[in-house]
Amino acid sequence: MSTQEYPTTWRRPPQIVTDRRWRIALQLGILAYLVLALGSVEVDWQRVSVGLERGQRFIMGFLQPDFTSRWGDISRGLVESLTMTLTSTVVGVLISVPIGIGAARNLAPAWLYYVCRSIIAVSRALQEIIIAIFLVAMFGFGPFAGFLTLSFATIGFLAKLLADDIEEIDEAQAEAIRATGASWWQLVNYAVQPQVMPRLIGLSLYRLDINFRESAVIGIVGAGGIGATLNTAIDRYEYDSAGAILLIIIGIVMIAEYGSSYLRKFLQ
Amino acid sequence: MLKLEGLSKTYKTGDAALSDVTLTIPKGQIVGLIGPSGAGKSTLIRCINRLVEPSAGKVLLGDVDLARLGKTELRRQRRRIGMIFQEYALVERLTVMENVLSGRLGYVPFWRSFLRRYPGRDVQQAFRLLDRVGLMHQADKRADALSGGQRQRVGIARALAQEPELLLVDEPTASLDPKTSRQIMRLLTEICAERDLPAIVNIHDVPLAQQFMQRIIGLRAGEVVFDGTPRELTENVLTTIYGAEDWDAMRRGDEEQSAAEADARDRMAALAQ
Repeated sequence: MSTQEYPTTWRRPPQIVTDRRWRIALQLGILAYLVLALGSVEVDWQRVSVGLERGQRFIMGFLQPDFTSRWGDISRGLVESLTMTLTSTVVGVLISVPIGIGAARNLAPAWLYYVCRSIIAVSRALQEIIIAIFLVAMFGFGPFAGFLTLSFATIGFLAKLLADDIEEIDEAQAEAIRATGASWWQLVNYAVQPQVMPRLIGLSLYRLDINFRESAVIGIVGAGGIGATLNTAIDRYEYDSAGAILLIIIGIVMIAEYGSSYLRKFLQ
Repeated sequence: MLKLEGLSKTYKTGDAALSDVTLTIPKGQIVGLIGPSGAGKSTLIRCINRLVEPSAGKVLLGDVDLARLGKTELRRQRRRIGMIFQEYALVERLTVMENVLSGRLGYVPFWRSFLRRYPGRDVQQAFRLLDRVGLMHQADKRADALSGGQRQRVGIARALAQEPELLLVDEPTASLDPKTSRQIMRLLTEICAERDLPAIVNIHDVPLAQQFMQRIIGLRAGEVVFDGTPRELTENVLTTIYGAEDWDAMRRGDEEQSAAEADARDRMAALAQ
């Protein structure tokens, strides 16, 4: 044992910017930028007060939701939305499984990998609303454009996560199946599918949930469903009907969320 | 009979994992492959069924050179080589039966394996193998519900379902306790004797290798530095393979372990009375 005095304090050394002067300069720079940026935001206080009044009316309508006077429109929108959600999820999953397999580096040859990854990149780069605007312009107003939009968005989401999951499978299991003389299809069926299936089902249910929420949003740009009904109600200043629609959307999203998380737990 | 001629493997990084390995393994012989980590044991057995592509040399199983086969023919030839893995490498979420039947994948068309409709003969054989390894009543369980020793026995049954002419065994006992390790090694040697099956066993437990192997090959830095009977594996030889170390201490440790096991058995027997 040495008789050396050991220090009683210890501080975590800086991990990213090690030079003290640089650190201070950086912090000052960020602060200056923040102040300048906030200064450049123009606020029209008169417009804000008008908006607050309108917001109040909106909240009042929300507190007294009117389900009955527009029930015909609301129920039609709901049925459209739910149909869009279910069909687009099913179609999206069916298409994204082969694309996901193709986009997994450990299963696909290089050329196929790049093709599938590009499809995923395109689908993920375009936000739902942009696709919806484009497809509404192509196919006209209504749920068909919404169905196509959501299917397309589902492909990017699901194929990417599936491909990433396939790339992370336990290689030992795949190696063992390959060593038996299995073909590529048998390898996918015996070594890959059992490992990724629970997650694939979980993600599909999660996507079902997302698609319902998105169906409400893309309706606003004309892709049908409950979103279109909501848009009409707000345009007519019928905040009580709009409140009813929002409550229904919240209710369905909650049911879908609890339902899918329960199912996912059950599947594990 | 398996014959390796001048087998070499250099990885892309430039590391020579195997250099010029030449070996002959006759029918029915169980060979233990020992050597330090990174000596190329895993690479050697994986070069035989080409899970790793050899860079040079021949792998002759019977009179087929496995090293220069096309994709389809390689699949056909892999059926002749059963492989048993370190961490069992069972497909965890499939049932025990599906794991055993997966040994038949090279023999059946895709639709049969996809629908799990294997020929009656294959199913019967799978049951016979499960019975042989003592897991007859676990057929419907999922593989991840079994203990380590049981899983490795499923691994053995899967390899045997291929009706192989050669067994490649990669560290079969590395994740098992000493007692289960011995049971697994005993089962392996019995099965090889029953079927006159040659086997190459990667093993880093030297005492275990000496106890169960008929022949031992020592590998160091990708080269064969020893080839002989377990009896010839002296301290000097072990030092050539592994570098200097007190081997007697390790053997003593092993004796201690078997003494402790015997002690535990006695106590259990006393409790049972």
